[in-house]
Amino acid sequence: MVHVWIDVNLRQLLENNVKGCNTMADIKLTIDGKVVEVPAGSTVLDAAKKLDIHIPTLCHLDLHDTKMVNKAASCRICVVEVEGRNNLAPSCATPVTEGMVVTTNSPRVLNARKVVLELMVSDHPKDCLICEQSGNCSLQYVSKKLGMREVRFEGKESTYKPDKSKSIVRDMDKCIMCRRCETMCNDVQSVGALSGINRGFDAVVSTAFEVDLSESVCTYCGQCVAVCPVGALTEAEQTNDIISALANPEKTVIIQTAPAVRAALGEEFGLEPGTLVTGKMVAALRELGFDYVFDTDFAADLTIMEESAELIDRLTRFLDGDKDVALPILTSCCPAWVNFFEGQFQDLLDIPSSAKSPQQMFGAIAKTYYAEKINVPRENLVVASVMPCLAKKYEADREELNQDVDMVISTRELAKLIKQANIDFNSLEDEEYDQPLGESTGAGVIFGTTGGVIEAATRTAYEKLTGESLEKVDFHELRGFEGVRAATVPVGDFDLNIGIAHGLGNARELLEEIRDGNPRNFHAIEIMACPGGCIGGGGQPYHGGDAEILKKRQAAIYTEDERKTIRKSHENPAIIELYENYLGEPMSPKAIELLHTAYEPKDRV
Amino acid sequence: MSNYTMHILICGGTGCISAESDIIADEFTKELARVGMTEEVQVLKTGCFGFCEKGPIVKVLPDSTFYVEVTPDDVEELVNEHVVKGRVVDRLLFIDPSSKETIEDSKHMDFYKKQQRVALRNCGFVDPHNIDEYIARDGYQALGQSILEMSQLEVIELMEDANLRGRGGGGFPAGLKWRFTYNNESDQKYVICNADEGDPGAFMDRSILEGDPHSVVEAMAICGYAIGADKGLVYIRAEYPLAIERLQLAIDSAREYGLLGDDIMGSGFNFDIEVKFGAGAFVCGEETALIHSMEGQRGEPTTKPPFPAESGFWGKPTCVNNVETLANVPVILLKGADWFKTIGTEKSPGTKVFALAGKINNVGLIEVPMGTTLREVIYDIGGGIKDGKEFKAVQTGGPSGGCLTAKDLDTPIDFDNLLEKGSMMGSGGMIVMDEDDCMPAVARFYLEFTQEESCGKCTPCRIGTTRLFELLDKITQGKGTMEDLELMKELSHVITDTSLCGLGQTASNPVLSTLDIFWDEYVAHVTDKKCPAGQCTALLEYKITDACTGCTLCTRVCPTDAIDGKLKELHVIDQEKCIKCGACMDRCKFKAIIRE
Repeated sequence: MVHVWIDVNLRQLLENNVKGCNTMADIKLTIDGKVVEVPAGSTVLDAAKKLDIHIPTLCHLDLHDTKMVNKAASCRICVVEVEGRNNLAPSCATPVTEGMVVTTNSPRVLNARKVVLELMVSDHPKDCLICEQSGNCSLQYVSKKLGMREVRFEGKESTYKPDKSKSIVRDMDKCIMCRRCETMCNDVQSVGALSGINRGFDAVVSTAFEVDLSESVCTYCGQCVAVCPVGALTEAEQTNDIISALANPEKTVIIQTAPAVRAALGEEFGLEPGTLVTGKMVAALRELGFDYVFDTDFAADLTIMEESAELIDRLTRFLDGDKDVALPILTSCCPAWVNFFEGQFQDLLDIPSSAKSPQQMFGAIAKTYYAEKINVPRENLVVASVMPCLAKKYEADREELNQDVDMVISTRELAKLIKQANIDFNSLEDEEYDQPLGESTGAGVIFGTTGGVIEAATRTAYEKLTGESLEKVDFHELRGFEGVRAATVPVGDFDLNIGIAHGLGNARELLEEIRDGNPRNFHAIEIMACPGGCIGGGGQPYHGGDAEILKKRQAAIYTEDERKTIRKSHENPAIIELYENYLGEPMSPKAIELLHTAYEPKDRV
Repeated sequence: MSNYTMHILICGGTGCISAESDIIADEFTKELARVGMTEEVQVLKTGCFGFCEKGPIVKVLPDSTFYVEVTPDDVEELVNEHVVKGRVVDRLLFIDPSSKETIEDSKHMDFYKKQQRVALRNCGFVDPHNIDEYIARDGYQALGQSILEMSQLEVIELMEDANLRGRGGGGFPAGLKWRFTYNNESDQKYVICNADEGDPGAFMDRSILEGDPHSVVEAMAICGYAIGADKGLVYIRAEYPLAIERLQLAIDSAREYGLLGDDIMGSGFNFDIEVKFGAGAFVCGEETALIHSMEGQRGEPTTKPPFPAESGFWGKPTCVNNVETLANVPVILLKGADWFKTIGTEKSPGTKVFALAGKINNVGLIEVPMGTTLREVIYDIGGGIKDGKEFKAVQTGGPSGGCLTAKDLDTPIDFDNLLEKGSMMGSGGMIVMDEDDCMPAVARFYLEFTQEESCGKCTPCRIGTTRLFELLDKITQGKGTMEDLELMKELSHVITDTSLCGLGQTASNPVLSTLDIFWDEYVAHVTDKKCPAGQCTALLEYKITDACTGCTLCTRVCPTDAIDGKLKELHVIDQEKCIKCGACMDRCKFKAIIRE
């Protein structure tokens, strides 16, 4: 094809050139006969929203604070009529211009949308009854909204080999080529596992050479799942394993709940985003039949004990003049982040903390210390987790972690279990965690948000390094939502330089800076793979494109911290008891054996 | 050239090379050595002469003798007779099909009489390997004039005044594009030459690059000067090895002569060109897809705005022009806008190169002034329809175009007239069809092409063109319904209305155009289950008439034993077993087998 295109946008090209300069002014336009004013650079879709005109969309997604903007304009569902333009315009990708006249509901538009939708459905499995996304599916929603009752087109349908990894299941027969996953994987996460391949009808999003995810550079962060509008990308389900374990009378089944779960689970039951449901969740888990309900926050406190000891050790050696000491120390509690650096920063494997993640520390302690304590043989103790995360499923399966955690379900899967069991979640009375592995501090709970781990570590490291008691435990300089943050915290007469990144793309930025000689002299860096940290994890209730939800969850996490009487990990009595009776000191041989791990380079495509 | 008294020009276009023109050139060199005339006679491999139907072409200068369908075996005779004795070899001359007279000089041939060569001005005249020959024909003078005597805006104004419209098919005024790119300030700008020619059967751009690469190199430098770019890129498909070789050589020699590089002609203007290869994806002719492909991204388009003139290659202002458009630029600069506007029509000045193909006597590459009628192109230049058949339609614009029929024969060809008739200029493919061509099958052919070449990004193009193809397939199989025809129309309009880029926006044109003009033919496929043109195999039936003598010859050639009959008795074809190969019909001596 040589440039055979008729430039339908000639008029616009002219206008753009004339108006290119006044980018800051407001633009006035008419949509469906109503006049609206929006800032220059807005799209027709933005302007319509302002008028409460809700144009249906499928591929469009703009999660402002997380850099996730999908501008593919590929689904063509949101097309509108623009006066003076020959063809219909995608409202999501068409910038407003002064005096523009837009119609979003003419018969021409309505028919075009319906035909486009019919085309999409003609190449989409009609197995909604057994589809994971049924009820959450955007395609289903738009079909209903546009009143589709028949598909007049028939012909070949796409079929691809299903790809089932430990964390994520890809059923690309359902892919509608919105490219959100690709944008997330490449532009936001910078992982580069997914990209469009093939042409024409065979075009689909895939890994390089169409290998399985398990052979790709995928980190299992699950952010692709979080933004997939249909059932093409879903989590590897483990609710049935939970039910089987609970049904087995020989097994003692315990469960741990990650910090971020309590700040989001309520959304699945119609509660306002940011509603804390810790007590109801504990009650529901008991009702489901778990023998003991524990808190990953406990293990988070334990992580702080080990990680801060490691930080203090490295810092002390550094201050004593040891030039070879690996600094900055990088947190290692996020499994997708671990997968990321094992794959893509193999030259930096010596700088992350060797501390296992809270999930795995919990598993290790449960299957040794706790199993002995309650006198249950290791093989009869089943350790389950509820995580906001899909990479946790892969982590639990890592060979070097000895099957300490047997099964992992996501926040969404837990909600499904509760609904299956006819538990009226919202009317449950709050209950407390079991002891001792349910005891936790405010430092443990803030692991659920970006900046939380490093704040928790600072609370402990400060007191250990200075020997003073920390009066003000809130380090506001470490909080926030910007992708990369830096702060300096005075610890005695030493300035502790801290870096924070959430989202793997931001992590890459920081890591490249470290590779280039650490010009900002960071001593410690916290990295979370998901935008917002665990509150925005790939296993959390779908945010449906509303980035504000993440901020509400974050606020809830800090509220939980404030409510705690104990807010420093080293003051957790259960932790103190664990060290006294079992582990000895942080970084003791026993602690190293149970609570630390090593990283291996992973070469994948 | 001054030492030579005779020049032998041998077509070195891809078509003639595949018909051994390379060997012919070698033979000439050998034979000339044998007769000891290498000092007097020069052998030159030129670009395409355009008369591909009768290639390989050999032209002898200064007498302008035009030999056609020359083979390596003819060379000895040509040297002995023409070169040594000065006697024209009559048997290798072109014979006018109507007058049956032999024609010595190509300028007396109907094929060339109505042509006017502007973009192809040097093709077939210069050795594309030799920059001196281009310079001898005023080459690089326009560049010198621009950068030494004109301001950037003067160049742009001249281009706007000439109103050269994009020859890639869109017809967007090149001068306006230059001005937009000029207006966008940036530390870096780019000129891109779009040489990703992909319409089936089109080879205009390839021929220009093979025959006159310097015209494109010079034009890119002029454009670079005008818009303020110091870097040019040519995006060319890797399937054009000869064009790539000659273009690269042209760039290298221009650099050697100081016509590319820093401080060109002491003007202080710097410009250089890099060649980038495409893998032959049709969609990469769309400028945003082309740019993404050059950046190493997946070759798929993005929505405009932003236009490349604002944000193109690596986000910098970029001016994308097609090969043929650029080839026009140096002449316009030298001869002026007024001269250019005397050619062609008011709204489409200049000429257009077409690749003439299909059921036409003179297949080849032609260049005519805009406003030439289809009749002139098909009957005068093209020599009419092959085998005296009836003209049915001409398809212009390739997969993005539509059909024109006998009633349009006197329509002057230009951008706007073609659009008005439901077709488009496209890049210049012109496929002539006769009574034996089935229009639903033609539409099916184009849709098969577009649905394969769609990048798959947007829904209407990815799934819509496939469904359209499937519907057409169903119709040519005789399985279509009247509802299908209506559905096809509706779907075609929605694909046009909602597709992201020009590929999808024009993909339905062959369907809409044939539905409009040849509705009855579609209906015949649907209701009568018949293909009037006798092309759709599924709808054909072979029958044996009373003329059968029972010779049994057909029963012996039938590969599926579908014919039953005893010696000297009327034979019968079992329609269930018949695979419609036509072997029986070809073999029957009594014309007793008919196809309907």
